[in-house]
Amino acid sequence: MNTTTINGAAAHHDHDHDHAPAGIMRWLTSTNHKDIGTLYLWFSLFMFFFAGALAMVIRAELFQPGLQLLQPNVFNQLTTMHGLIMIFGAIMPALVGFANWQVPLMIGASDMAFPRLNNWSFWLLPAAGTLLIASFFVPGGAIAGGWTMYPPLFMQGGIAYDMSILAVHILGISSIMGAINIITTILNMRAPGMTLMKMPLFVWTWLITAYLLVAVMPVLACAITMLLTDRHFGTHFFDAAGGGDPIMFQHIFWFFGHPEVYIMILPSFGIVSTVIPTFARKPLFGYVSMVYAVASIAFLSFIVWAHHMFTTGMPVAGQLFFMYATMLIAIPTGIKVFNWVATLWRGSISFETPMLFSLAFVFLFTIGGFSGLVLALVPVDIQLQDTYYVVAHFHYVLFSGSAMSIMAGVYYWLPKWTGHMYDEKLGKLHFWLTTIAFNVTFFPMHFLGLAGMPRRIPDYSLQFTDFNKIASLGGFLLGASQLLFLYVVIKCVRGGEPAGNRPWDGADSLEWTQTSPPPYHSFVTPPLVK
Amino acid sequence: MPVSVSTPVPVPSHRKLVKKLIAVVALSFAFGFAMVPLYDAFCYVTGLNGKTAGGAQTGIFGLGGLRSRAAKTPPSSIDMSRVVTVEFTGTVMPGLPWEMVPLTPSLDLHPGELHQAKFRVQNLSDKTIVGQAIPSITPGLAAQHFEKIDCFCFAQQTLAPGETKELPLTFIVKPEVDKDIRTITLAYAFFNVDDTKSVNKDQVSR
Ligand code: HEM
Ligand SMILES: [Cu+2]
Repeated sequence: MNTTTINGAAAHHDHDHDHAPAGIMRWLTSTNHKDIGTLYLWFSLFMFFFAGALAMVIRAELFQPGLQLLQPNVFNQLTTMHGLIMIFGAIMPALVGFANWQVPLMIGASDMAFPRLNNWSFWLLPAAGTLLIASFFVPGGAIAGGWTMYPPLFMQGGIAYDMSILAVHILGISSIMGAINIITTILNMRAPGMTLMKMPLFVWTWLITAYLLVAVMPVLACAITMLLTDRHFGTHFFDAAGGGDPIMFQHIFWFFGHPEVYIMILPSFGIVSTVIPTFARKPLFGYVSMVYAVASIAFLSFIVWAHHMFTTGMPVAGQLFFMYATMLIAIPTGIKVFNWVATLWRGSISFETPMLFSLAFVFLFTIGGFSGLVLALVPVDIQLQDTYYVVAHFHYVLFSGSAMSIMAGVYYWLPKWTGHMYDEKLGKLHFWLTTIAFNVTFFPMHFLGLAGMPRRIPDYSLQFTDFNKIASLGGFLLGASQLLFLYVVIKCVRGGEPAGNRPWDGADSLEWTQTSPPPYHSFVTPPLVK
Repeated sequence: MPVSVSTPVPVPSHRKLVKKLIAVVALSFAFGFAMVPLYDAFCYVTGLNGKTAGGAQTGIFGLGGLRSRAAKTPPSSIDMSRVVTVEFTGTVMPGLPWEMVPLTPSLDLHPGELHQAKFRVQNLSDKTIVGQAIPSITPGLAAQHFEKIDCFCFAQQTLAPGETKELPLTFIVKPEVDKDIRTITLAYAFFNVDDTKSVNKDQVSR
């Protein structure tokens, strides 16, 4: 008896009873991890373009000083919603989409532990997304106080503020359900023989990320619930006039917020740790230290939150503690970068698109890590807080970190998901355009920040003009290049060279033992891992 | 290399694990709210959020007993060896058509001395309005050594249409204040009491 699922059609026959309905009902009611993974990925791609379009308008306004296109209030709505939607609507759902597709395939499970819960987790997202997008059209427009939702500003807005609180609640519930599902799947459904320390690193990173989600999403829920009751039910958690304290919101928010940034980067570490060994044709260097590094990053992420609050008037002892704790994170992060580089050392490297994106990730994410270290220094941060330097920092970790690792993962697994090879030439073109345009857009922001240009302001003094023009031009190119990404993906979904079971000769995790695309029900009998 | 097996594998119980995970979710939700009293208690002990000692306040979080602290008698000693600058600022919050000007923009004093500062407020509207001043001290660590003997912020202030009032504040910076603190800023924000929701109308601040 060999693998049960070589033939997708045969598998379909055997399992007629749980066959998915056709058409739209298939997607609405699907409990299949592959369908749901696909839904997550398309949803996040849509939100990526929506929030990206907002960014294009932001860059158009900032192309020259003065107010050209927008009223300041509208500009603030755009920056706020760009950040909020990119984080909660694009990056997080994309990573959950990867988890849905890949975790069961990589651990040899037939599906997620709770397929129906999985369906709910996904279908909450479009509801929340609709609320967020609709909030642009209500009286007063969308929320405009920054994605961090600080009071007292957040207390003063109109109905959009309540809609956004509701949307974030829904997104949070979806994330928590997804995380519970992922943890249960990983801990309980691994194929026989796959011990924890034999799991692919991607699975490890998602296990730890899911724990982070379970631990901090409820804290975000608390913070925004308090905002809501302060707004409407007469409480004064954050209202100084009633004895509350707006700074307390920042503490609660960032207790969630800093682990949240690691929620967005740890699965990316997992993707890159999968792609690099494949194309270096060597096993990942220092697997065990990678696992411990991820775990210690996750742990440390709980004790550094106040590095976002150095200018709120903390005592020196507090500043020192949070400064050193933050700098401590550089150690496990450094271990990871070292291991990726060591994996490349003397490998037989080839440069397919996923590998290019992963190499760019290692290089550019490290730059973002360094600017983070710069910001961790209290005296420096007091100068740079709320300037474009911070914007540069978090785009280096979030775009060239999370987003580009997601692209690496998409190119890497598209052949598995669709059964077709993507267009390698166009993929490479997309890579080079993205990487160049990204740096043209965001590198000058370091200089702007150092020169003192504040973030979240629609206008600026004349001396900032040149760098802003460069950043805007880069931004437009960056935005346009993503249309190429969309084209490559659609082209690959529609057809292309057959991928075969294992298009990458260096890949060795379980999903490559399946056909491409894998049968609707894969690993119906679990494989034995030795 | 994976090979498939046909023997069913024992499936660990999902239910147990999920119960634990839901407990974690519940705990962290509770923790989020617990941060409120924790923060209050922490700030009360350390003064980190810039709220001063002296005056009585009942917190809205049921921590009234913990938070209220009576102003103490003036300390015996005056530290002549150093000078601390105290700066005063006043802001009127939106919704309150008043004007507020510190008549004493700043004072140089020796810790332990008793001093008075004055603010002038004027009602610019043609209505009688009740306002409440909320103080905040920077740096936060100085707050616990900033003792207000008497302050207009201990009570609500009522201004008739167009009325101007001088509001006094009597205070001591205690000699225990950290040697590194050379400047203390006391900022007042005046709120319209009618805007503030009914729950805390009768509340005074420290
Ligand atoms: C070596 C690791 C890192 C260090 C030392 C670090 C440090 C910092 C510091 C000190 C700030 C506050 C800057 C300020 O507001 O003045 C900051 C902001 C930020 N960081 Fe990082 N960071 C690191 C990694 C990351 C990663 C991996 C991500 C996300 C994937 C991230 C996302 C952000 C974001 C989004 C902000 C801005 C939040 C806001 O105010 O809107 N950082 N970082
Ligand atoms: Cu942080």
